[in-house]
Amino acid sequence: MPRKLTLGLALEGAGWHPSAWREPSARPDELFTPGYWVERVRDAEAAGADYVTIEDSLALQGASAHVSEARTDEVRGRLDALLIAARVAPATERIGLVPTVTTTHTEPFHVSKGIATLDFVSDGRAGWQPKLSINAAEAANFGRREWPELVFDRDDPALRAFVAELFDEADDAVEVVRRLWDSWEDDAEIRDVATDRFLDADKLHTIDFEGRFFSVRGPSITPRSPQGQPVVAVLAHQQRPYEFAASQADVVFTTPLDADSGTQVLRDVAAAAERVGRGERAGTPGAAGEALHVVADLVVLLDAAGASGADRLARLDSRGRALTSDARVVTGSAARVADEIAALAEAGYDGVRLRPGVLTDDVPAIGETLVPELRRRGLVPETPAGGSLRARFGLATDVPSRYARETAGAATTPTASTNA
Amino acid sequence: MSTTPRKRMILATAIIGVNEHTLWEHPDAGSQTAFSSFRHVAQTAERGMFDYFFLAEGLAIRERARRPFDHDIAGRPDTLPVLAALAAVTEHIGLVGTLNATFNEPYELARQLATLDHLSGGRAGWNVVTSFDAFTGQNFRRGGFLPHSQRYERAEEMVATVQKLWDSWADDDLVADKDSGVFVRDANAGAYEHHSSQFDIRGQFTVPRSPQGRPVIVQAGVSPRGRDFAASSADVIFSPFLKLEQAQPFHADMNARAVAHGRGEGALKILPSANFAIGDTEAEARDKARHIIEQQLSPRAIQVRFEQVWNRDLSGYDLDGPVPEIEAETSPDAPQIIQGRALIHSDRAATVREWQQLAREKNLTLRQLAHEVIATPLDFVGTPSQVAERMDDFVQANGSDGFVVSPEVVPAGIDEFVDRVIPILQERGAVRTEYEGTTLRDNLGLQVPARVPARAR
Repeated sequence: MPRKLTLGLALEGAGWHPSAWREPSARPDELFTPGYWVERVRDAEAAGADYVTIEDSLALQGASAHVSEARTDEVRGRLDALLIAARVAPATERIGLVPTVTTTHTEPFHVSKGIATLDFVSDGRAGWQPKLSINAAEAANFGRREWPELVFDRDDPALRAFVAELFDEADDAVEVVRRLWDSWEDDAEIRDVATDRFLDADKLHTIDFEGRFFSVRGPSITPRSPQGQPVVAVLAHQQRPYEFAASQADVVFTTPLDADSGTQVLRDVAAAAERVGRGERAGTPGAAGEALHVVADLVVLLDAAGASGADRLARLDSRGRALTSDARVVTGSAARVADEIAALAEAGYDGVRLRPGVLTDDVPAIGETLVPELRRRGLVPETPAGGSLRARFGLATDVPSRYARETAGAATTPTASTNA
Repeated sequence: MSTTPRKRMILATAIIGVNEHTLWEHPDAGSQTAFSSFRHVAQTAERGMFDYFFLAEGLAIRERARRPFDHDIAGRPDTLPVLAALAAVTEHIGLVGTLNATFNEPYELARQLATLDHLSGGRAGWNVVTSFDAFTGQNFRRGGFLPHSQRYERAEEMVATVQKLWDSWADDDLVADKDSGVFVRDANAGAYEHHSSQFDIRGQFTVPRSPQGRPVIVQAGVSPRGRDFAASSADVIFSPFLKLEQAQPFHADMNARAVAHGRGEGALKILPSANFAIGDTEAEARDKARHIIEQQLSPRAIQVRFEQVWNRDLSGYDLDGPVPEIEAETSPDAPQIIQGRALIHSDRAATVREWQQLAREKNLTLRQLAHEVIATPLDFVGTPSQVAERMDDFVQANGSDGFVVSPEVVPAGIDEFVDRVIPILQERGAVRTEYEGTTLRDNLGLQVPARVPARAR
């Protein structure tokens, strides 16, 4: 009996191919309208996906996350991903909504209440993809800090040191956001007319976070959201990002390139989890006590009537810049893509996130051909799961605030830390 | 009959956040955080042809002696995602959010508001505020706070920078022509630069020009500097004046200042906040108004409001006993017993002496003093037709251009106004029966400001 996988769809502009916007189905003039995003997410929901992620950046697009480029022949510009998710929430019913928000230039206090509010307006379907910004153009748009001249050579020690700092900062940022999510206990609002108390002040907590990069006092102004802790999902490729994911995330998006590297990635993620002591915090739900849900990312271009996936890719490549990706690019029939996914399930992955080459073609195709094939093989459930996004990932759905646990622990036993 | 065309009344409504104004004890009171409450108020206001729905913002939970206030409504969702979600369930009503100029950065804020404008088809607005204390700063990596003068400087630059970002894409920069392969007309689309005392930024904006060009800007401000700032850059002004003898000169002054800034007559809309109590008879409405104030002045609310001015723990004083004959604690080193709410009385010592004097003269208990000096009387009290008539008369007399109507009961308090007062206002020709246009600017009767290009073309 194969294990059931979670299925995510990654939304980016017109699609992950740089020329996706020129396809006959694409609606590039509507990329900045609500109708475009509502339809893409409804397509994903109809396809049976558990969640969508929505990409974002605080500067114009480029060939990689490090640079913005001056060009006119590809999609330029984007709307704020968190607000797209909030706009789409009342127009959808079941699908999880996971916007990208950077940890580098934003205020964790704002991010915390923003994602918690997405959880309120979506009734427990919110997630967050925290992302570092190592793009000088993003830094220039904020102008708040010194930004070194960087050469993107992986072996350059200056680059490594700088990126390591950004990861340390991201660790703190997610930690602060999670603490703020916990800063109101679930039942803090008591509305006790007899004692003239709207709140139980003992159930609100300052977080008093003091770190290298910032300090934040709290509590949040936003009460605890339906999920308590919305799902945090991190894209990671190497040791330090794996450690970031293992310390702070519930879900990690990885990019295995073949069967061997797929196994290696799982081993590397497990090693990172061990290094950061994730397992030692077992029973500490919400942050990092639960098993990390490991997802494999694949870029997909499916066969369609009149053109195979490979032909579509070749045609798109010939129109401008060829597709390059950190994730494996898979083209072909639903059966062929399902084979790849089955191999990932076999290797031990918990889910797949598909990055459609062309959103308006590949998302409907995933629903019409790929998902039925995955269901036939027992790789995904017959009917998509409902409930909160946490439930979809198999995470605990009743997550008490850490401060409630501490208070309860202190009341019953002097060693609160053993009270897991 | 006057030959002047009848002024149409602008109406806004809000779910007030952290406050003692909302009656959470009321049997009909619902959630302050569930999306269903926001949806109810926004949809009901849209049924009543309101111009916009408005959300205030708080960035720190108010505290008394280092503990959160427990007696008043606290806790609210984040402004922008709520407004974005409301855009999905409404079609016409404007969506205005308060965003702080002290603890936000212009690039991010401009981007969020321009996104909201796109996602709502041109219904976004920004209420510009500054933060008043270091207490709030403790929640931000920016930390600290800015001295009063720099707060204004930052706010003025923030508005100017945000507008520059909104203007950074030309209307025709987005081409999206599949055949020719031209997505943007110019690789520099969205290019901007801003160097000033508060911001030193450059780059390209990620959001093409939004339906309104520039979302609507709302401000408050009655100080001379605040008035000038608002007259130069705001579209709508919150005014505190609901008495004609103060409201008319304010209205005239602000319009004159706007004209002096080269803006057309009527470019600035002035809206005071107004409360109402409606009854089948005038007596019933008065009873209702009295009841609302009694509910708002709960024992804890009175204590906290007085403690903020005295800056002393007054929990030991009987509300039905005499007013304490102690001075306000004004030593600069003394900790503030109340944190996170704006202090209205700048000279605490004088205010306390004044109140003690008043209490002696009128022989008032603490509770009675609260009713004299803290209670805010309801503004429009009467039958639906009396309320409609007085509101309309106030606007026709140039007291204001309309009102922000915020009922005390969330979410259903707005229903009574929309069901009973709006039809009368519509009969009088004071409120529209159909929305005129598709954007908030259209409905407010505001022009789209000319774009100021950030670069030579």
